[in-house]
Amino acid sequence: MTTPLAIENLSMRFGAVTVLPDVSFEVAPGECFGLVGESGSGKSTILLCVSMLLSGWEGRIAIGGRAVRDMSLMERCRSLQMVFQDPYGSLHPRQSVRAALSEPVRIHRLGDVDARLEQVMTDVGLPVSFLDRYPHQLSGGQRQRVAIARALILEPSILLLDEPTSALDVSVQAEILNLLQRLRAEKGFTCLMVSHDLAVVDYMCDRFAVMQHGEITEILPRSAILPNAATHPYARQLIDASIAYENAM
Amino acid sequence: MTTPILEVEDLTIRYRGAPQPAVQGASFTLGRERLGIVGESGSGKSTVGRALMRLLPTAEIGAARMQFGRTDLLTASERQMRALRGNRMSMILQDPKFSLNPIRRCGEQIAEACLAHERMSKRAAKDRALAMLEAVQIRDPQLVYDRYPHQVSGGMGQRIMIAMMLLAGPELVIADEPTSALDVTVRLEVLKILDGLVREKGIGLIMISHDLNLVRNFCDRVLIMYAGRVVETLDAAELDNARHPYTRGLLAAQPRIGGSRDPLPVLERRPEWTRPMEGTA
Ligand SMILES: Nc1ncnc2c1ncn2[C@@H]1O[C@H](COP(=O)(O)OP(=O)(O)OP(=O)(O)O)[C@@H](O)[C@H]1O
Ligand SMILES: Nc1ncnc2c1ncn2[C@@H]1O[C@H](COP(=O)(O)OP(=O)(O)OP(=O)(O)O)[C@@H](O)[C@H]1O
Ligand SMILES: [Mg+2]
Ligand SMILES: [Mg+2]
Repeated sequence: MTTPLAIENLSMRFGAVTVLPDVSFEVAPGECFGLVGESGSGKSTILLCVSMLLSGWEGRIAIGGRAVRDMSLMERCRSLQMVFQDPYGSLHPRQSVRAALSEPVRIHRLGDVDARLEQVMTDVGLPVSFLDRYPHQLSGGQRQRVAIARALILEPSILLLDEPTSALDVSVQAEILNLLQRLRAEKGFTCLMVSHDLAVVDYMCDRFAVMQHGEITEILPRSAILPNAATHPYARQLIDASIAYENAM
Repeated sequence: MTTPILEVEDLTIRYRGAPQPAVQGASFTLGRERLGIVGESGSGKSTVGRALMRLLPTAEIGAARMQFGRTDLLTASERQMRALRGNRMSMILQDPKFSLNPIRRCGEQIAEACLAHERMSKRAAKDRALAMLEAVQIRDPQLVYDRYPHQVSGGMGQRIMIAMMLLAGPELVIADEPTSALDVTVRLEVLKILDGLVREKGIGLIMISHDLNLVRNFCDRVLIMYAGRVVETLDAAELDNARHPYTRGLLAAQPRIGGSRDPLPVLERRPEWTRPMEGTA
């Protein structure tokens, strides 16, 4: 199997400021890979580069061995999809759930629109009747499910998740995390997920990278969290702080 | 508890055109302490916060009492409210980026807030703004000063809002998810700043959050809201002994470091949960 996602010497600048000097890592097939670290360290920027929502970067990003730069927009959309942090901003307010979900199916001429819509609603645990609702008629968690449904309807091989549950309360977070784990097992896609919560990373991810100032300080397996097996001082500090935060401040 | 800063009795809020009130019969008092409000998405937490600031143009607010110091928040004129907001009472909003002006540099907006509160030169206002950015742990204040809101990360936007709030020296701060976009180490620093305000300046702090670790460890007391009602009030240290099934369900749904990877328990919501627990104040 080829590597689903490989990032080599990725660098990104905004004007005179280098946000990502030189980032490289690979994600294994079916893996959920976490990105954690300092606020402003470039986690969201990496996802934006991978998805080509930012294009001014240098280096090489490949999905299944194909450079994302060489892919057409259509091909890229079928290979990777992104779920953003904010379930309120990510859906068009005047677009019904049906419209939001059928648009990509039609653009990519997949056919069988109704059957696909029903299937994806069932996959994300929403009643099919919700297809005729508008975003303001849904709770935050339901909107995030719709955003995930829209990302999954093209059956991408890679899902990019930017803090997918940080705007949600813990009970809804639990529903979304369970959903992602179940779908990952069923459909076998690969995930790259940004999170501030190491408990979520421990639950979801196999490995994770700890970032600071645009650089990866260390890549660790999930099992390194509880005993704090990190060696880089910042990674150690972050894990210690997270464990302390969970137990008592 | 010390003399209350804020007293709220039987607060009911209905958005225009909504079939049901978004908040119903909420009562609580706030002293010089940290009061947490937790509850699921849509339970009415932000609505309570905005009602206290009277920032709800499309809603009807009713209450037996809503008293902030000597001001009756139910009858205060819009002019009186304008004088209070951003001065004696401040709110850190849930979506920091939407509360900043998108076409002005972040630092200029803070400096402008300085000038609104105190007479000082432009130069002094800029220095003050830079100092505030440093106080909220922004590593390169000059760089962030010159950026537009869309050019800062989620966590930076939140800290810029906190910096603006700090300038005013308020007596009551309502913080709506103030740290959810921050990494844990910066989060602890920001909480320390808020804590300092309560301890040293004696402010009252309302902390709206769905982070149970945060309210357990950082707050003094916690209100639990469900479907627009306050269903339980607890000492924060007693959170793990909560009795309401909704609160217990929330605690169980939280993943933990080193915990099991089995599906997380999710809430089975029950209609009777909207009734407050007997014996909770
Ligand atoms: N359009 C832009 N122009 C200039 N600088 C930008 C722009 N977008 C992001 N930045 C800067 O790039 C850096 C990385 O931002 P990014 O959003 O990737 O951080 P992050 O790790 O996701 O942080 P957070 O955890 O707070 O979301 C920050 O310093 C930010 O200010
Ligand atoms: N402007 C509005 N007009 C009509 N209904 C509204 C308005 N704002 C909020 N609501 C409704 O009022 C209820 C309470 O919303 P509120 O924003 O207070 O919830 P919350 O507890 O802060 O949730 P979250 O954790 O998602 O921020 C929800 O059902 C919401 O849909
Ligand atoms: Mg980000
Ligand atoms: Mg809210």
